[in-house]
Amino acid sequence: MKLIFELDKPGRRGFSYGANDVSATNPLPKKYCRLNQAQLPCLSELDVVRHFTNLSRLNFSVDTNFYPLGSCTMKYNPKFTEAIAALEGFTQLHPLLPQLSSKLAQGSLEVLYEFEQLLKEITGMSAFTLQPLAGAHGELTGVMLIAAYHKNRGSRRKYVVVPDSSHGTNPSSAAIAGYQVKVIPTGADGYMDLEQYKKQLDNEVAAVMLTCPDTLGLFNPRIKEIADLAHNVGALMYYDGANLNAMLGKARPGDLGFDLMHINLHKTFGTPHGGGGPGAGPVGVNEKLVEFLPISRVIRKEDAVFALEYNYPKSIGYVAPFYGNFGVILKAYAYILALGKDGLTRVAEVAVLNANYCQSRLKEYYDLAFDKTCMHECVFSASRQVKHGVHALDIAKYLIDQGYHPPTIYFPLIVQEALMIEPTETESKESLDAFIEIMIKIAGLAEENPALVTRAPLNMPVKRLDEVRAARQPDLCWKKS
Amino acid sequence: MSYIPHTQEDISQMLAAIGAKSIDDLFKDIPVALRPKSFNLPAEKSEFEVTQILRKAAAKNATGLVNFVGAGFYDHIIPAAVDALTSRSEFYTAYTPYQPECSQGWLQAIYEYQSIICRLTGLDVSNASLYDGGTALFEAMMMALRHTGRNKIILDSGINLIYRMMLYTYTSNLSIEFVEIPVEHGQSCREELFKCLDDKTAAVIFQNPNFFGAVDDHSDIVEKVHKFGALAIASVYPVSLGMLKTPGEMGFDIATGEGQSLGIPLSFGGPYLGFMAVKNQFVRQMPGRIVGATVDSDGKRGFVLTLQTREQHIRREKATSNICSNEALCALRAAVFVSLLGKEGFQELAQRNYQKAEFTKEALSRISGVEVKRSSPTFNEFTILLPRNADEVVRRMIEEGFACGFPLGRFYKGMDNYLLVAVTEKRTREEIGSFVDSLGAVL
Ligand SMILES: Cc1ncc(COP(=O)(O)O)c(C=O)c1O
Repeated sequence: MKLIFELDKPGRRGFSYGANDVSATNPLPKKYCRLNQAQLPCLSELDVVRHFTNLSRLNFSVDTNFYPLGSCTMKYNPKFTEAIAALEGFTQLHPLLPQLSSKLAQGSLEVLYEFEQLLKEITGMSAFTLQPLAGAHGELTGVMLIAAYHKNRGSRRKYVVVPDSSHGTNPSSAAIAGYQVKVIPTGADGYMDLEQYKKQLDNEVAAVMLTCPDTLGLFNPRIKEIADLAHNVGALMYYDGANLNAMLGKARPGDLGFDLMHINLHKTFGTPHGGGGPGAGPVGVNEKLVEFLPISRVIRKEDAVFALEYNYPKSIGYVAPFYGNFGVILKAYAYILALGKDGLTRVAEVAVLNANYCQSRLKEYYDLAFDKTCMHECVFSASRQVKHGVHALDIAKYLIDQGYHPPTIYFPLIVQEALMIEPTETESKESLDAFIEIMIKIAGLAEENPALVTRAPLNMPVKRLDEVRAARQPDLCWKKS
Repeated sequence: MSYIPHTQEDISQMLAAIGAKSIDDLFKDIPVALRPKSFNLPAEKSEFEVTQILRKAAAKNATGLVNFVGAGFYDHIIPAAVDALTSRSEFYTAYTPYQPECSQGWLQAIYEYQSIICRLTGLDVSNASLYDGGTALFEAMMMALRHTGRNKIILDSGINLIYRMMLYTYTSNLSIEFVEIPVEHGQSCREELFKCLDDKTAAVIFQNPNFFGAVDDHSDIVEKVHKFGALAIASVYPVSLGMLKTPGEMGFDIATGEGQSLGIPLSFGGPYLGFMAVKNQFVRQMPGRIVGATVDSDGKRGFVLTLQTREQHIRREKATSNICSNEALCALRAAVFVSLLGKEGFQELAQRNYQKAEFTKEALSRISGVEVKRSSPTFNEFTILLPRNADEVVRRMIEEGFACGFPLGRFYKGMDNYLLVAVTEKRTREEIGSFVDSLGAVL
């Protein structure tokens, strides 16, 4: 397709502001004005609409394709929540209006307050900040809370401990907040190596960051022991909530011994991923950390009046300008209200059922990273197929040709040629069966006719793209040739 | 309603295939002692019931006020086509385009967005988006610290206080020396700044227009900053770039900002859009996703996520940033918005904002007791000095149906009588007229 710039036709306009109703005034001195007009494309409204509509059709999405992208929880996003977030009473509200008078935003403050109460009950945490704007942003907020906690106790610890199966954002968040990272290997049983873990724990460790169930899709039955060991040396336990979908109503991070956590609302609570974002990453803490939470916090006064409170002298301050991604929070709140207690528990049950079904039906054809009952996702290795020259990447490309979004590949890093499948609870048995059939077919092709797999995709708008060229000769901004 | 399609029969067949007796069997790894101590949540509700609850909440918000509050977040007109196009679920129910062959629509749209941001800022390279203007400024500051290996940051106090507070929060566990330069007659104080600038300085950071609405030309400062080997960073308001000298033209190394004004609703603080553009030489220090053009095996143009060796999923603790999910859908809104306006429309938008603000200034200055601050030029926002406490005036004006501005005493000591007033293209001559009349009457 042509780029929007290549459709440029000077003289066209796609939007009119109508007649100017104020008279011309003193011009801005030249010194402050841009020298050259920004070279933006000129198009009609239809040009723009057709362009972006046609672009949209080149994407796979949850609404068009099965999307078992492991760790990302690509479940169905209910439509009514979109309509709620689009209500004018919410979209038109300026975030600074409560500074004029808290009366002006009572509805939104109530939503924030009530949403926090629900998250507390779901996770077993004592309080939440809704400010963090994504999961990784929640992690960074969490590590800053951890630093504030230790500082308040007069110690400045050096390390954050993560398992080698952790998501890249965990070590990265720890490093950005000023910590060094210690990595614990995964043992032969698929769990973090407990002996190595014990050796690394000492009073220089500020926190242990874990995903639970972990990124292999496994729930570690010794999680409480791991938490106790950390607490014994004064370290805090951080829960990466990316996989909370499997835990709803089945276990709560607060009860498992975690001190703080984030939730990816765009995973567990059904808000759409938006092509990469926006998400939201509220952070929950237990009593140890409440006083350090970011400001502002929403409080409920008598007579059900809601207000913003700033008077927390030990707060770490501001991690976002206002109250978080409010539009995303609204959708997650509506989702939780709709599902209710039983619906949420059902989510975890069927997410786990679907993953185990895929795992059981495929394990004859692909090597399992660890042959155990999994939670909401299962991790295979394409190592058997690699012997025939078919890599995880090739399998992904063949799936694309068949209309399936591939699983997450090459993550977790500790599994060679990883294929991480997370079907989610909203996929029917029929769609799983169809996907499984194709995966089985690919396993067969890998042995009989690998070239059919390795040259895929053939049916898409583009074939395999030259990523080396993209990185070596970066073309990141369109220039008129 | 839980959106689960399984029938009882499906479940039995699936359990049989797994070899499990019940769904509970699948959760056997969770020790009984660790099961939830409580899970007291409300019962399920229909979408109609939930919608009613939230409609009621929405109705409790005061959105009927005529808005003159800006302070970094602006009430602009959003063309209907922006909502229509970004509501296509082929866009909004996809995720990060890791697999380029089935994501060309998204990848091309982001490449177009990046190109638009470069044209607006006058810089060479943009990333695919960051969370918001504040976190984007933090990322820019981190780039400068890494690039120079120094640890001193000079902040202009005309930067939005919220953003400065964010920078302090994010660095409280790092050892960074901050110096704040006062604002003098609305603009950056050169004299103070040059006193603090030295070869320990990693970056000097400005906002244009600054928080008080004042417009500046920082070219002279940027030149000096570069002599000391430091980077110059600007946080800018994108709509103003339809008119104002760009960060690129002033020589800035990095421009960031809040992209909310590009077709994104105010929505009580988010989701918004952090943007960042840099000179070519800094591209490998950039945070976040970047889309690049390349070719496929037939030589056909296509787009991919590129320069990923900067990112957390590869570099882990050595990554340039921890960002993973970004604000792609908001970036798409910005791309659609700017495409609809086009070259002339975007310039006109900026000019209208400027003209309406100037018109309002004229009218306000005719109220006795009101002093419009004019020591420096402004874009669409300016400060006025009232004869009384601004908080009180704000309260009275709410009764008259106006959110009349941001009371500066909330952020700045000694400015209790100051009001920061924003006027966008959305305000009609009539609204401005009755705003001025009401203010006159209230005073
Ligand atoms: C295990 C895990 N942790 C953290 C993250 C980061 O979350 P976000 O993309 O919301 O920043 C992800 C996202 O994929 C994840 O899978």
